[in-house]
Amino acid sequence: MSDYMDGNMLGGKLGELFTMDVTSAMLTCVSCGASWAVAQTRVYPHAPGMVARCPACDAVLLRLVRGPDRAWLDLRGVTCLEVAVPDR
Amino acid sequence: MARAAVLGRLTWRVGTVAATHDETATARTIVLDVPGWPGHLAGQHVDVRLTAEDGYSTERSYSIASAPPDGQADPPMVELTVQRLADGEVSPYLTQTLAVGYPLELRGPVGGWFVWSPDGPASTRPVLLVAGGSGVVPLMAMIRERAAAGSRAPFKLIYSVRDPGALLYAGELARREQAGDGLEVTYVYTRTAPPGSSQPTGRINAATLASAGWPPAESPAVFVCGPTGFVEAVADLLVRAGHGAGAIKTERFGPSGGKP
Repeated sequence: MSDYMDGNMLGGKLGELFTMDVTSAMLTCVSCGASWAVAQTRVYPHAPGMVARCPACDAVLLRLVRGPDRAWLDLRGVTCLEVAVPDR
Repeated sequence: MARAAVLGRLTWRVGTVAATHDETATARTIVLDVPGWPGHLAGQHVDVRLTAEDGYSTERSYSIASAPPDGQADPPMVELTVQRLADGEVSPYLTQTLAVGYPLELRGPVGGWFVWSPDGPASTRPVLLVAGGSGVVPLMAMIRERAAAGSRAPFKLIYSVRDPGALLYAGELARREQAGDGLEVTYVYTRTAPPGSSQPTGRINAATLASAGWPPAESPAVFVCGPTGFVEAVADLLVRAGHGAGAIKTERFGPSGGKP
């Protein structure tokens, strides 16, 4: 039931891959079309990796697995990731 | 503090424990000196990594309790407040073994969504903070940042806690509230109220939010942090009361993989 967390906890791991904060990035769900900040997604940390699901339709949005020297990011349920890019 | 927005990939750093102090019987604040700390925003967290001699390592996230350091005068200190879980893997070490001078590996600052900044465009916008247990930690960073920055944004904190002995920052919250500069604190005790209190115990409900929060017409920014069930219940009550879902930011923590 409430054995999930949220996308705030993905920030550190995704921060190893991206130069921007990804928790405030917006994504769109392939399954239902809803848009969420990554921080708002439901994250199940008990799988071998982190699994983020859509809060509306429960579809898998992304999976993140971290190995000793590499990471696998599966974005199967995300049509678009909108990231704020500082104007430098 | 815009520069504190993360502009490079996050890497692990090693901080050194400069001080510790107990907040309650089971919670401890750890002050870390982190060379090269880039600064942070109130509400951000760090990931802490412990590695055993055999190479086994595990990570947890902990909210930063301190306001962002003043880049000029202050050393690059970061304060974490850790609630010990009886069956925890990491929190017993952090609250019972870790001592001044010990190194601690951390990655951060992490997160740019669950943050409050006094420099924001809506900086005088009212703020409602709703804490469940140790969910008060990132909200305390916001209260401290508000004071440090001299912000006039009116703040209300509703703090749900099991009993008076579990209150984090009780003295500081009382002092800051008595300063009368726009911080109001309401405590909700779920198990035991303070001696002599006529306040009934129970969970935060619609009446609590109506009396101790802001009306939706004030368009407050809302931050809710606590265990998942607490966050879901409070966010649901707020939406039903008429607050826009987009104005409510939430952060959940749980017994594993999260913020124990």
